[in-house]
Amino acid sequence: MANSKSAYSFAGKKQKLDTHIIVVWVDNESGVLARVVGLFSGRGYNIESLAVAEVDQKQNISRITIVTTGTPQVVDQIKLQLKKLVPVHKVADFKREDKNVIFKEMALFKFVANNIKLNKAFEACKKFNPVLLDKTTKSNVIQITALRREIDNMSKNLKKFGLVSVSRTGAVAMTRGSEVFK
Amino acid sequence: MPKLYSGAEIVFKCLEDQNVSHLFGYPGGAVLPIYDELKNFNSVKHILVRHEQGAGHAAEGYARSTGKPGVLLVTSGPGATNAVTALTDAYMDSVPLVCITGQVPTHLIGTDAFQECDTTGITRPCTKHNWLVKDVNDLAEVMHKAFEVATTGRPGPVLVDIPKDIQFQKGKYKNFTKAKKLNGKSHDNFSQKNIDELIKLISKAKKPIFYTGGGVINSGPKASELLRELVYATGFPITSTLQGLGCFPADDNQFLGMLGMHGTFEANNAMYSCDLMINVGARFDDRITGKIDEFSPKSKKVHIDIDPSSINKNVKVDLAIVGDIKSVLTSTLKTIKKSKNNFSKSNKHQISNWWEQIQKWRSKRSLDYIGNEETIKPQYAIERLYELTKDKDTYITTEVGQHQMWAAQHYKFNKPNRWMTSGGLGTMGYGLPAAVGVQIAHPKKLVIDIAGEASVLMTMQEMSTAVQYNLPIKIFILNNEYMGMVRQWQELLHDKNYSESYTAALPDFVKMAEAYGCVGIRAKTPEELDDKIIEMLNTDRPVIFDCLVDKQENCYPMIPSGKPHNQMLLGPKDQKEKKITGKGRTLV
Repeated sequence: MANSKSAYSFAGKKQKLDTHIIVVWVDNESGVLARVVGLFSGRGYNIESLAVAEVDQKQNISRITIVTTGTPQVVDQIKLQLKKLVPVHKVADFKREDKNVIFKEMALFKFVANNIKLNKAFEACKKFNPVLLDKTTKSNVIQITALRREIDNMSKNLKKFGLVSVSRTGAVAMTRGSEVFK
Repeated sequence: MPKLYSGAEIVFKCLEDQNVSHLFGYPGGAVLPIYDELKNFNSVKHILVRHEQGAGHAAEGYARSTGKPGVLLVTSGPGATNAVTALTDAYMDSVPLVCITGQVPTHLIGTDAFQECDTTGITRPCTKHNWLVKDVNDLAEVMHKAFEVATTGRPGPVLVDIPKDIQFQKGKYKNFTKAKKLNGKSHDNFSQKNIDELIKLISKAKKPIFYTGGGVINSGPKASELLRELVYATGFPITSTLQGLGCFPADDNQFLGMLGMHGTFEANNAMYSCDLMINVGARFDDRITGKIDEFSPKSKKVHIDIDPSSINKNVKVDLAIVGDIKSVLTSTLKTIKKSKNNFSKSNKHQISNWWEQIQKWRSKRSLDYIGNEETIKPQYAIERLYELTKDKDTYITTEVGQHQMWAAQHYKFNKPNRWMTSGGLGTMGYGLPAAVGVQIAHPKKLVIDIAGEASVLMTMQEMSTAVQYNLPIKIFILNNEYMGMVRQWQELLHDKNYSESYTAALPDFVKMAEAYGCVGIRAKTPEELDDKIIEMLNTDRPVIFDCLVDKQENCYPMIPSGKPHNQMLLGPKDQKEKKITGKGRTLV
């Protein structure tokens, strides 16, 4: 629509985007993930990655870790809107640059190549706690844990060693030290 | 061993426990066990509507005029999807609703069974919370929780989806016990420090304004009383959003009228130029703020709201007080009385220049229109309706469009809970079924739906409900044969290309009234208008009043095109003086 005169069409000023990791503790009931994810899509928020699993079987609590980008105002809204959902118990928010928080993603790499290349591939993964999960004469599967960008780089660089398939999780997070988020 | 009840019985026992007296609904296959049980519970009266959307809006009208939650009962599939508009409407306007839907039996869920739909999936974004009950022993708890979620914090709609086999199964009933804390979702934890800061700002302000909204109404009638006390004590001017009308008397000198897109000149200019804005239970909606970057640029902003996510959502504020309006105002008044007895006097002197400025804006008389002796001006019709009904305790509902704005501008409300209109979602067809709900709740009161002829046709079938239950609602149609607000926007913003906004084949509303078994009245000239209105008021039956009004009239004042508050488009009188005509008018 060229040069609209409608009151709807005037967006506010553009602001800087930050990457945040939002951790949500929820009742593990049917539909709860849909509620959280629906809130993001319905209000136009971003999800870069998502990790979710039950962490307390007795109390039925699941922990959802969401990586998102937004202006400070949007990130505030995300937190406040999440807190309004009935099955949500608490919401934590960390900046990606936060030194007091550990972020990790896991990836599985499958290589199909000759033995020399397979060994080189394992060698290249050395920095990221590689675990050899499967090995045949023609292939292997290696698990690594690292940061998002490191895994991005690895998946590019390992192509030359016969990387054929990548499977990765979303980020999970935990604070350093003895403190626990209440 | 405790007595076992069927799921259907449990539903009604919960409704009894929650003091529900009326249920708006429409039967169908998947709720038949519940309908079968209706005869055994005399304290719950069922109102049969003609469309599930009507049930939802009627429940909204009931809820907004009483402050109690509205309850609706509909079947699975189309029953549930038809209720979605009403649920979304209630979600936007914070109306407490409990919607009970039938669902296909549990073993058929997911098989695309007859009249199956993913009700909880569809309604997830338009309810505060919803539940699919898969175990009859959870039913009582879920029902009670549903009422609690709907009515606590910022109110809103909830939905309970009950599969047909659960309605038949036997289970235990649990009585309602009030929880102390609802999973931390109800917020009323502001501190005295917040209140002290607010009072400091109040005592310093030279150009203050109260900007009040539907939150005051939702907080109960006591909140409106406290608000009046505070406004009188401070001597500050006050303006209200569409939803807040009635929490402060509209004929009081301190009231500047409604603000926003069709608000008064004085209210919007005061909002633009103020140095202290105290937002009480409003949410900085885009129809209020206009262009957000230029919204009230020089003011300190205070926001009192029960919903923490409303704070800093659209507009950054300087002081946020999260809490129920009633308790915040109580603390504020208590602190004022304790600390500053002569507060009001000194303050009034400080703001006298501000009032002078406001009087100057007021002298523009922005709600004025040019009268006519041959055709009825819509504003004139509302004015006469107000004059002839102001001595009665009248309840007004509206549809959506020009007539809604004229009603908000020209009908003066003095009490809360008397004004039911769809603001957030802007649902055409809201007013007629809402009037049904209001009249059910207040059988002896005068209930008028100020309507447009296009809107009212969307839910016209509910006239049949009104006739069935002898509800003497008055449908006051401002008939200009156009979708007036669409026509106005096309005139001002789309170069007078009146694309599809004229309804070429309207029904004869008087004959239609007769066909429904109610009374039809038509007014054609200003001369006969009063007599016809009196005739309507003296009719103790449902009435459709067809008021033929000026077809070209526009709703002014108006903030056009994403402009800030201080650049308003005024009515034709003002435009003539300024000689803004033709193309220039769309560019103002």
